[in-house]
Amino acid sequence: MRLLNRSAGRLSRHRRGPIAGLVVLLLGLLLTGGLYAAFAPAQADTDQNNEELVKEGRELFLVGCAFCHGQNGEGVLTQGGSQYGPALTDVGAAAVDFQVGTGRMPMAQPGSQAPRKEVVYTEEEIAALSAYVASLGTGPAIPDGGLYDTDNPGDLNGDGKQDEEDKVLLVARGGQIFLANCTACHNFEGSGGAMPRGGYAPKIRGVDSKHIYEAMLTGPQTMDTFSDGNIPPEDKKAVIAYLETIDKTPSYSGLTLGGLGPVSEGIIVWLVGIGALVGFAVWIAAHTTRSSKKKDEAAA
Amino acid sequence: MTAGDMTKVATTNGTTPSAPAKGANKAGAIANWADERLGLGTTMKKNLRKVFPDHWSFMLGEIALWSFVVVLLTGVFLTLWFDPSMTEVHYDGSYDPLRGVEMSSAMASTLDISFDVRGGLLMRQMHHWAAHIFIASMMIHMLRVYLTGAFRKPRELNWVIGCLLLLLGTIEGFTGYSLPDDLLSGTGVRAADGFMKASPVVGTYMSFFLFGGEFPGDAIIPRFYVMHILLIPGILLALIVAHMLLLVYHKHTQWAGPGRTEQNVVGYPMLPVYAAKAGGFFFIVFGTIALLGGLFSLNPVWKYGPYDPSKVTAGSQPDWYMGWPDGLLRIIPAWETHIFGINFSWNVMLPILVAPPLLLMVLIALPFLEAWITGDKREHHLLQRPRDVPTRTAIMVALMTFYGLSWAAGGNDIIAIKMHLSINQITYFLRGAVFIGPVIAFMITRRWCISLQRHDEGKLLHGYESGVLVRSPDGGYAEKHLPLAEGTAYTLTARDRDLTPETVEEIEASGLAGRQVRLRKLRAKLQEKFYSDNVQKPTAEELHDAQHHAEHELHELESQIENGPNRHGPTPGH
Repeated sequence: MRLLNRSAGRLSRHRRGPIAGLVVLLLGLLLTGGLYAAFAPAQADTDQNNEELVKEGRELFLVGCAFCHGQNGEGVLTQGGSQYGPALTDVGAAAVDFQVGTGRMPMAQPGSQAPRKEVVYTEEEIAALSAYVASLGTGPAIPDGGLYDTDNPGDLNGDGKQDEEDKVLLVARGGQIFLANCTACHNFEGSGGAMPRGGYAPKIRGVDSKHIYEAMLTGPQTMDTFSDGNIPPEDKKAVIAYLETIDKTPSYSGLTLGGLGPVSEGIIVWLVGIGALVGFAVWIAAHTTRSSKKKDEAAA
Repeated sequence: MTAGDMTKVATTNGTTPSAPAKGANKAGAIANWADERLGLGTTMKKNLRKVFPDHWSFMLGEIALWSFVVVLLTGVFLTLWFDPSMTEVHYDGSYDPLRGVEMSSAMASTLDISFDVRGGLLMRQMHHWAAHIFIASMMIHMLRVYLTGAFRKPRELNWVIGCLLLLLGTIEGFTGYSLPDDLLSGTGVRAADGFMKASPVVGTYMSFFLFGGEFPGDAIIPRFYVMHILLIPGILLALIVAHMLLLVYHKHTQWAGPGRTEQNVVGYPMLPVYAAKAGGFFFIVFGTIALLGGLFSLNPVWKYGPYDPSKVTAGSQPDWYMGWPDGLLRIIPAWETHIFGINFSWNVMLPILVAPPLLLMVLIALPFLEAWITGDKREHHLLQRPRDVPTRTAIMVALMTFYGLSWAAGGNDIIAIKMHLSINQITYFLRGAVFIGPVIAFMITRRWCISLQRHDEGKLLHGYESGVLVRSPDGGYAEKHLPLAEGTAYTLTARDRDLTPETVEEIEASGLAGRQVRLRKLRAKLQEKFYSDNVQKPTAEELHDAQHHAEHELHELESQIENGPNRHGPTPGH
């Protein structure tokens, strides 16, 4: 202790020395330089990667997307002044990842709505395209995996730990948010619904959690954008948890008939119910009693 | 043993019991015991042997009866657990995705029935499927009765009762559908509230009266519950009893055929034949409904969640029997008028407040309308084939077409997404089709029936196509026709000729005038239209000639066969 005190005293004695300032400056420079040496090259590497990715994405974009969206993603107008392909300058990487990742883009032909179909690009190519479009302006980035990781619901009941109970709360909350914001178009089971002029809200069952998150974030096609201010990330996660749950839950009540509500139930009533019962009626009426069979034989 | 048997009456209050008749079996002894106390013997004797004719189409009403029994049985089960209250509770049952969600007790108890009561979900689904089957089978039964002319005198009132049963079944279905207080049914109740409010002047009063204040209030579920389990089932049951008593009183109609007349009923007795058949059919109906309840999901309320006026789901439809007014509502243009500060919402009034009562009125009036047009006031117990009254058949097919197209409009969104069509185009198409479709259907059906009548006439006068091809000496081929069997010919001719109408000219010639005469003229015109182009059955003379001709043909054919192929009788010069 005394030694330490002594050396501290010595140091404090030297701190006003003529070279003290120079030493501190040198030490500071060494530290920053060392830190820079440790971290900066990695940073430079990422930038270089990203630049390459953007370049690669631009090449893909020029081949697959530019025809409708313009050489620089500025959009193409029809002669009538409506959108042929909208501008992509501020849509962000999340929009590209959703549209291309679900096969909606590139479109096979112009139409009222881009249908979901087989994905054309590989994951790397989608990443490149997303990077390129993201470089054109602002817009949401591809969401981080943790945002839709429903196995980490967070401590919702406030008991200091994260467990099954929190997951149940997350799903229940997600169900209510889903019913309030999504079912009006996508139906109570996510089976989809009709929109004006041939448009439709697609079926959202069995869709990748990431893509559902991106859809809420970017509002593809006629869908509303549910920004983080509107539905915060933890509520988006709750909706995804609810959808995952109804996907995993067995159908307690039997065949769901497409999850379309009373229309398919009515079809079953008439085709299966009444169909079978009238069939049975015909069958019963065709099988007359024994006494009549004897009579028939006698008559024959 | 009847109550009038004096040998079994005690003469004293002695202790020795009267000895049962020797040789009586156990069943007989029980029947005897009951008869001595209830005096059922005389009535039972008559009715147990009551004869019913046999045909599959006579069993359609039975489907309705038996499905109603299933509805009653399963409904009693459900009342044991259902809590018809709109008290707000937090759900804490087994279905996790709704854990802690605020809902009415009605909804919570429905979820409990579905997930926590043993067999509850099956019972709920059976109850709902059976209700669907009940209404659907009433409809097909009604179609059978109408298309075969079974509604004619003396059965017009039973037709009216049947129409009322259909109406009550629909209301009963709607109240039952609303009871769980889920998102789908709540949307339906909200729509019903809007429909009431669309009636000018009294609308808001009606709504406030029904809901006990502004929608939704906390009274509608208990009120619907009382209507659903007490009021309407009571009336339904009473009307079903009346319907069946009248059936017994009128005796069942039968198809024409040898030995069947307007004065008799040919068939099998109630016991043992019909009791076995009908009893067996009950179990088949029960089993079919149980299978539906076990295999097919119906109204999964846990997915709709509790009702909340701020929420709605795509594919919100009423149950199928309310689909056709909903369809008209979907396709009607947005017509509204504002007069003196009152808003007339024609777009709601016409499809919901006018169309269904109007169609019901038309349905009820059909037998009376037809009797007035044809002037036929006779009793009828023999059925008519649909082809033999082409205009009647065509009227029903036109109504069915209207119903079907309106019904399809009620599912326009589902049709759009499943067939990749534009909902707007479907709507525009149906706006025209609901009016043009029935007219086209009427014309096609009428001509189709008349063609079938001609086919029947052809068979009667020229025989049926035998499948025997004969080559004539000059190389031509012709198919030989053979005469119908006597029974078949009888059945085909066992119908009345159409009554000769009083023509407009005859009325004009009488020189009378006034309202009555104008009505008679209208009737004469309608009568002419009703019967025009019908094929009357051949006269006895025509049939006789046809028989003669057929005998000749048969003789010729036989001789041809006898002479072997490629020859046409013993022709000179060969």
